[in-house]
Amino acid sequence: MSLIEGPLRVVNVGLELFAKELRAEGVEVVHVDWRPPAGGNPRLAGLLERLEELDQQEG
Amino acid sequence: MVLKSLVLPSFYQDSVALMRVAQALRGEKGVREAAALMGTPSNHAILEQAGLARALGREAGPNDLILAVRAESEAAAERALAAARELLSRRRAVSGQGTAPAPRSLDGALRLLPGANLAAISVPGAFARREAMKALRRGLHVFLFSDNVPVEAEADLKREALARGLLCMGPDCGTAYLNGTLLGFANVVPPGRAGIVAASGTGLQAVASRLAALGEGVSQGIGTGGRDLTARVGGAMTLFALEALKTDPGTEAVVLLSKPPDADVLPRLESALGSLGKPAVVCCLGAGPPARGAGLWVETLEDAAGAAAALLQKKPWSPRPFADPKDIRARLARLGRGSGAGPGLLGLYTGGTLAHEAHLLLEPHLGWIPFNEEGGSSPHRIVDLGDDAYTVGKPHPMLDPEARAEWVRRAGRSRDAGVLLLDLVLGKAAHPDPAGALAEAVKEARAEAAKEGRRLVAVASVVGTASDPQGLAGQVARLEAAGAEVLPSNAQACRFAALLLKPGLAEKWLKGAA
Repeated sequence: MSLIEGPLRVVNVGLELFAKELRAEGVEVVHVDWRPPAGGNPRLAGLLERLEELDQQEG
Repeated sequence: MVLKSLVLPSFYQDSVALMRVAQALRGEKGVREAAALMGTPSNHAILEQAGLARALGREAGPNDLILAVRAESEAAAERALAAARELLSRRRAVSGQGTAPAPRSLDGALRLLPGANLAAISVPGAFARREAMKALRRGLHVFLFSDNVPVEAEADLKREALARGLLCMGPDCGTAYLNGTLLGFANVVPPGRAGIVAASGTGLQAVASRLAALGEGVSQGIGTGGRDLTARVGGAMTLFALEALKTDPGTEAVVLLSKPPDADVLPRLESALGSLGKPAVVCCLGAGPPARGAGLWVETLEDAAGAAAALLQKKPWSPRPFADPKDIRARLARLGRGSGAGPGLLGLYTGGTLAHEAHLLLEPHLGWIPFNEEGGSSPHRIVDLGDDAYTVGKPHPMLDPEARAEWVRRAGRSRDAGVLLLDLVLGKAAHPDPAGALAEAVKEARAEAAKEGRRLVAVASVVGTASDPQGLAGQVARLEAAGAEVLPSNAQACRFAALLLKPGLAEKWLKGAA
């Protein structure tokens, strides 16, 4: 498919199971040891995300 | 009985890892009940409800792991907690890539894999937008498995993806096949000529597996998320995926699986189908063909695969209620009339699209059927146990068959249930033996019902292929050994269940079958 050239190379964020399945398929994959941001508080994480958005817009 | 808990601070584990730890705790000698959960507010409520909450655990936060056990003795509880800690430290040691510790962020991962082209994201829904947006901005296609993601976030992500010419598959995308790679829950099917665009997971799995059984294969399978064709999202990813398949040289026919499109989105969808330049089969569960427009519109997932295979093989095709009416007659004769059976149908599904299909196929014959919620006046009910409402803080029932097994056992004690309607979904990432737990529960439920002179018929269908890690034939055999009637597709299982409750339907569906 012209949208994706060549084989998939995957960054996996979340369930480690998916990284293991991909590795077993022979796919190049790097698993991220993800932890919820802002101590796992969704409201604080939302604020953090808004700040990142502002950064992005300014930058 | 002793209740003991342990808090491991800053010890985040994903829901699958937590499920495995909880299973290990429950498997220890002398343990009656156990939980392994992160200290989120909803998990604290679960612990309270299960009677497993203790003062120590109540202070734990969302990044702290709570282990709780109720055991026969202090020693048994201590032993179980020690075993769980051991399992967790082993997991930490073997995770990561090779000997290097796993990166803690997307950017760290990109330094290790600079040529990455896709991010698979399955973090809890509240945090999914942030991770997916980061990935899109780094130029990665996104496979977004997370559920419980707000629709506004979905619309934002898809706008960003389109602006960059990238796929954003999901949220709540369970399955994809891209350039020969299987993502998420996926059945092992050969590469082939059919390109599939599908709302989420099990619809794509059912059609891909059926195509494989009919001698075909999949070129690409692109998930869009179940809300893509709503007015809010505007069909963003469906239209983009159709455009990609239009120019994909490996795709000779296109299959589109979705919920009914919003009235404003339908004209754009029709125009995209009309300009494909390739034959297309459309299964918008719950929507008939539009008055005009391109594509062959079909009613069921099984028909979508059948029609696509026929188009590719240049063979005639027409829909049939049962592939083998004689077999259906033989089953009915063997089961006899429903003496002593409860009046109701209880559909317990792990696949959302399959549950939705069952609901649409059965309501015209059985009358109003409550979906997910409990029904007041209806004896029937269909439950999609993979729905967001049942999976907050828990693994999907395709990963943890125990959640459904409990529902099945309860059905054995219910006076209402006469027919149990079940799906079983095999494939990569799914439980290694989903039929095992289900068969055991079906056997128990049937025995429980029989004790009270009632009969409970279990009707099932299995989505899978011979190449799946679980093996299709063996899983079917396990269900049959437990007394389940296993039909070749969800649609046929639904019709068979309807026949058991409304024998008059045989006139319509089994005419001519001796």
